[in-house]
Parts: sequence; structure tokens; C-alpha cells
Amino acid sequence: MSELSGEDLTDLAFGAAVLGTGGGGDPYIGRLLAQQAVSEYGPVELVGLDQVGDDALVLPVAMMGAPTVMVEKIPGRDDLQTVVRMVEARLGRNATHLLPIEAGGINSMIPVAAAAQMRLPLVDADGMGRAFPELQMVLPTIGGVSATPMALADDKGNSAVLDTVDNVWTERLARNITIEMGCSSVLSNYPLDGKLARDYLVGGSLSLCREVGASVRAAREHHHDPVDAALRVVDGTRLFTGKVVDVSRRTTGGFARGSATLTGTGRYEGSTLELQFQNEHLVATVDGVARAVVPDLICLFESESATPVTTEGLRYGLRVIVGAAPCDPRWKSPAGLALVGPSAFGLDVEYRSIAVAENA
Amino acid sequence: MRIGIDVGGTNTDAVYMDGNQVVATTKTATTEDVTSGIVAALRELDRSAAVDMSQVKAVMIGTTHFTNALVEARRLAPTAAIRLGLPATAALPPFTDWPEHLVTAMSGRHYLCHGGVEFDGRAISPLDEDEIREVARDLKSGGARSVAISSVFSPVSADDEIRAAEIVQSELPDVMVSLSHEVGRIGLLERENATIINAALRELAPTILDSLAETVRAAGIPGRLYLSQNDGTLMDVDFARRYPVATFASGPTNSMRGAAFLSGLADCAVVDVGGTTADVGILVKNFPREAGTEVNVAGIRTNFRMPDVISIGLGGGSIVRQDGNALTIGPDSVGYRLQEKALVFGGDTLTTTDVAVAAGLVDVGDRTRVGHLSAELLAETIATATRMASDVVDRMRTSEDPIPVVAVGGGSFLVPDEFDVASQVHRPEHYAVANAIGAAIAQVGGEVDRVFPVEPGQRGEVVAQAKEEARERAVAAGADPSTVDIIDVDEVPIAYLPGNATRIRVKAVGDLVLGG
Repeated sequence: MSELSGEDLTDLAFGAAVLGTGGGGDPYIGRLLAQQAVSEYGPVELVGLDQVGDDALVLPVAMMGAPTVMVEKIPGRDDLQTVVRMVEARLGRNATHLLPIEAGGINSMIPVAAAAQMRLPLVDADGMGRAFPELQMVLPTIGGVSATPMALADDKGNSAVLDTVDNVWTERLARNITIEMGCSSVLSNYPLDGKLARDYLVGGSLSLCREVGASVRAAREHHHDPVDAALRVVDGTRLFTGKVVDVSRRTTGGFARGSATLTGTGRYEGSTLELQFQNEHLVATVDGVARAVVPDLICLFESESATPVTTEGLRYGLRVIVGAAPCDPRWKSPAGLALVGPSAFGLDVEYRSIAVAENA
Repeated sequence: MRIGIDVGGTNTDAVYMDGNQVVATTKTATTEDVTSGIVAALRELDRSAAVDMSQVKAVMIGTTHFTNALVEARRLAPTAAIRLGLPATAALPPFTDWPEHLVTAMSGRHYLCHGGVEFDGRAISPLDEDEIREVARDLKSGGARSVAISSVFSPVSADDEIRAAEIVQSELPDVMVSLSHEVGRIGLLERENATIINAALRELAPTILDSLAETVRAAGIPGRLYLSQNDGTLMDVDFARRYPVATFASGPTNSMRGAAFLSGLADCAVVDVGGTTADVGILVKNFPREAGTEVNVAGIRTNFRMPDVISIGLGGGSIVRQDGNALTIGPDSVGYRLQEKALVFGGDTLTTTDVAVAAGLVDVGDRTRVGHLSAELLAETIATATRMASDVVDRMRTSEDPIPVVAVGGGSFLVPDEFDVASQVHRPEHYAVANAIGAAIAQVGGEVDRVFPVEPGQRGEVVAQAKEEARERAVAAGADPSTVDIIDVDEVPIAYLPGNATRIRVKAVGDLVLGG
């Protein structure tokens, strides 16, 4: 058990941007929401999965929508509590814990704000071990856990409770409601008891985010390489260093899909990396060989500042370091790959684990 | 005839131009009050026989007055922020994440009100006029003299900001109002922050601008006064009175634009070496490539349009140290005290200037004072400086091809004639005052940054419409319609938005119409 406050939140937000693998929204707004709530209500208690009792009711809290909208239309004061209360009312029980369903981007921070406001402990875990673009893309789906009852609310006071036949339907309906709500909503779904939480969540993901941020901060203070520090924490490896020379984007099915080309610099002089993304970075191909494939994590860092680069922030001339890290092993099962592997994103690439670094 | 003036941290530079010809240039020390340095620079220019102040049609000034006021937190107006967006946005009120001393310095107060729109222009909630009147009355009793109004998605629709401003002005005619859609782009907190900064500078603006105008008049110049903006375009004094924040960080942009003009290159890397740092940027079609990240000004996060510049600690005053067999340059510098600290001026500190004098790269001060420096030291210092410049140009260039490099600024003797990533090194005439030339040749611009619905097959039409709008804005800002060019088009499809909503940014610039 530990507490989240002060500098933790900055570290957590940085690590969340790394695990966001280019998507998940800018954690800056999330960090401010968390800081605001913690300064008003006090620090948040972080609880390990092993400390969650069987009869617990763990409720995830998250935001859904377009990152561009989230930086413009910030949530209202009580929106996060509203959705938790709605699910509680449906289940006839109060939540004992809150949870981030996604460890990456803004959704690592939103539950911290909610936990502070509601004075509930936060479970140090998440449903993915990274960020993914769609609601059904969580490990509990593989375990047959339903995403509903799910509550959604917008900033204007509109809300909805969903009951669906499967989690893909949840995604479709929630996405369309969110679009009508102005492309951003807050939600609570995947209600879990302690046993389901222990069986299907990725443990320690918030501490991992915090540790990434803290290691990078320490590396900067001691003039060590901050990118190496971040990759070490996530067992990652450096794939490439180079410059973005081409970015092409297209919108299909409501997602920002696209690709980018990077030319190598320094040790990677003469090499080319092709990156494919859909909100998150999905495939990194170096000189024709797929070196990192979703669900493994692909993280881009600005080479000057070590700041993680989002897919929306990819632009011509940006100088970046590309790193990759292994995903939770459960994603590598046939069911896991069917749900979040390259084929789930319509990519004609074979999944292969990231090669053991030649130079870690 | 035009005069360009650039006020830097160390020097105030001025140039007198006849069309595209540089007639006279001057460099004087920047003064603490800024204005007296400008007076001195103009007096210096007037000494040249070829200069006739009565013929000057326009004076363009890039100044640090307003940035200094914010950084020093002095002379800021008591400011209130009104945000239109309730019930959304209440989780993070205005002034969130601000340095406390700046909020105190402007007696910052905030109000959350109803209004604002969604990304597609639908209302979040209707503007409540009585609520705004109530706020206006409270403002008055709270002593605020300047107001920043920001509304959710005002880049998409600014109606609520405009209406709220009308109500505030009708209740409080003496209060100054700044509107966020005039200041920034999408990103509520950053745009609102820039608007609040602007509001806090509004009381100071007339004082400074009147004194600049008076300085220009006293120098016998009949022409109009313009100010440089951070994106390399100009604004007239009336706009600057209302939006002083737009003068922030015009310095690096001016030097890069000046370098492009002097070298005749539209696409190149510019290395501007001053006393303490070298700033390196990339020009694309005559304009600096923009930084993609948020810009912190005095500890406040904003989304100003800033050039993408890397600064390294390499300047004419950088201190050279030999520690065992390692030789280092900077990052510390003797700065403006070069004339007393450097060896060639009788000082006791070894600087890059001393090495350059000993190596015959530049001739200033007393060369005999550096005769004792060893050939190895000279060679190694020059090699180190070359590597520093070369590394940063390499990081900035966008392809593996060598890139033309333009070296400007007072310390540009530190940039070698040849290095591996440079296809050619240009050292244009008047390189030391490139920034003032950049101010003098600045154009006027117009920009559009909005979310557009793009129906299938309609992309071309939508982009054309955005371009036309940007052109109209440039002309409205004073550009000669026949010279207006689109210099930048950026399209980003927005994840999850229906109707293929795309954020489109277009920038147009044209030559300023010089009045008679």
C-alpha cells in the first residue's frame, strides 16, 4: 500500500504517456485533474491487487473520446462521481475501490482524481498494461467478463446506462453516444469483484508508470540518458533513433489511422523505420523487418527532451528515439491476439515478440 | 524606406532600408528601459549621410518590453478571467497550474459561466446574459481593470465570446477586454492562459506603444509603426494595443527571416550566434518551421506559435576551459561584459572570441594579448565549436541531404566555412543585424485553425475554403492582395469524430501595403 500525492502525480503522468504508446490522450489535463482533486481532498491510497478482498466491488473510471476535444472541453466538476454512482445504483452496492481500466494516457490519471474526490482507495492495476483504442480491448474480455452495466455521462448532465450482449457492442454503442455527447464522455464499466480483479487485471501498472516517471526524473538530475532509464523500467529495448521524414494520416471508421517514415541517424544511419498507427503506435518495421508489433508496446520519445510523442504529435522533422517493450504475456495467447493483435487492427502483419535487444 | 529595429537581451539593432537595399545599420546596447536604447539606435542611424528619416514610411519593431514585464511580474493590470463553458470545464478553473506569484501580481480572479460550443458548433449551454451582467458587477467591486474572456471551442465559433464582451463593455465601459479566439488556437487552457497574460499587459501597452511612437516621431519619422509578432508577421499599433502578447518571442523569428532574405535562400538552416547562445532553426519557404510543443512563458503553459529553435551554449562570450586534456566551451558566458572580461579587451577570462582573434577569424580588441595561446588550443577550440554547430544542424535538418547553412549574428565567426552536414555556408553581408532586417522585411499574415467537417470527395473544396478565409484575413490585416501566398497547410483528422472531422490550419502572408 502507498499513497499518491505531489510529485507522484507528475511522475505518474509521465509514465502514463510512455505506456500510452502514442495514444490515450495527453496526460497533462489528466495530471491537472488529479492534482486539483488531491489538493482539495488529500492524497489517494494505492492498494495492491493482493489486498483486494473477494467481496470487493472494484469500479473502473475513464474518459472516452477524441484527444483533440479533451484538451478543449474539460470535464465538469462532478462528472466522474456521477458515473460511479450510476453503476452503484444499478448494482445496489457501493464501490469499495476504483480502478484505471487503461494504464496509459489520460485514463491513468482520471481514476486518481475520482478516488481523491470520492475518498476511495485506488487499485494498483489496470485492464491492459498499456493503452488501446477500443473498450473491448481489455484482458477481462478474454475471461468472459461483461463490460456492462456501464454508465456514461457528459459535461452537460446527459447520461446513459448500457446493458449489452457483448463487449464489442458496448464499444459500438458507447462510441456513438460519446460522439453525440460532443466527442467526450466519462464512463464507468467492467464492474469487478476481488476475484475477477485478481484473475484478469495487470497488477502494479500504476506503480510502474510512477516508477518510469521517477526514473526519468532521476536520470535527468544525474545527466544520465532519460530514455534508457524509462526503457529499463518497462524491460524495453531501443529500436531506432531517427527523424520523421513523412507522415500520412487518414480517418477511417472514426479512428486516426496512418503511417510515418523515419530515417535513421547516428548508429542507425542508412536505416529506415516505417511506423503504422491507429491512435496508438501499432507496428514498427525496420528496413522491411517488423521489429515490434501490437500488443507489444512501441514508445516514441523526443530525442531532446525524452518527452513521449503521441501519434497526433508526429510531424515532419521531429527527432525521436523509438523503443519497444513486451506486453503482458496473456495478450500473446490466441484469444489475446484475436482481440488486440495486428489482425484486430486490420494489419497484414504476423505478430512476433520483440527481439531480445542486441544492445540493451 | 523602412526601418527595422530588434531589441534583444544584449543588443538593440536597427537597419534603414530602401526597398530591398540595406542602406545603413547599427548595433547599440539594450537598455533596461528598452526605449532609450531604441532612441540611441535611431540617433546612430541618422548619422549616416544616406539616411533621410523624413522618407521613412514604416518602422517595424521587435521588442522584449512585454515579455520582460511578465517575467518580472511588474506593472500588470488587475485581471479577471471569465470562462464560458459551464457545466463543462469546471474541474479545472482558470489560473490552474499558474505560478502563484503571477496570479498575485495581477490580483487574478476567475468566473465560470455558461456558454461555449462543441467541436461542431452546437451549444454546450446557452450564454446566460444575466449571469454575465452579474459577473460584470462583481468585477467592478473586485477592482479588476482588465478582463480575459475564453469560451470552449471559440476557434470554431466565437459568438459567445463576442456577445459576452459586449455585455461586459456595456456594464463597464472602462474595462479592457481580451478575447481568446483572437489570441490562440485549440487547447482551452493554453489559449486562455495566453489571453489572461494579454489582459494583464493591456494597461502597460498604451504606455509602451505611445513611448515607442513618440520615439519614432521625435526621430523625425513620419511613417507608421508596426510590431513584430512571434510568427514573423507584423501587426499595427492598434492591434498591438489590444494584443500585446503577440509580440512575445519575435526575436528568433526575425533573425531567421532576416537570414533568409540576406542569403536569398528560402529553405535552409540558420545558425544565429550571439554572445551566450547559438540558436538554430530551419526555414521552410522563407518562414521558420514551427515548434509543435506547448511553450512555457514565465512558467505559464501557452500555445503560441513559436519557431522550432534549438539553443546551445555557444556564443562569442562563451568561456573556454581546459581541464586536463578535455576542452569545453560554455555553457556559461561573460555575456555583455565581453568588452571588459575577454583577454583581447584586457580582461582575464578566455572566451571563444579570444580564440577566434588569435586564429585570425575575426579582428577585435588587441590581438597581442592572445599571442600566447597555443596552436593546439586554437585548433581544439575551433574543432569543438564546429562539432557543436554541426551536431545541432544535423538534429534539425529533415533529410539526410546536406543543407545550406546561413550563419548570422555577432558571434557567427564561430561557424566554420565548411562542415559535414552543410552543403554550403553562407555569410551574408550585414549578418550581425539579420534580426533587425527580419523585422524590416516582415509581412502581414492571416491564419485559420478550425475543425471542419470533410464529406467524402469534398476535401479539396474544404481546404480551398480555408485558404480563401486565411487570404481574406491577411488582406484585412493590411496585406497587398496581389502578394498574398499560402505558406502553410496542415490537416489532422480527428480520432473518433464523425463526418471525417479534420482540424485544418492554414496560414497566408503577403507584403504590407506601405501607405503614402
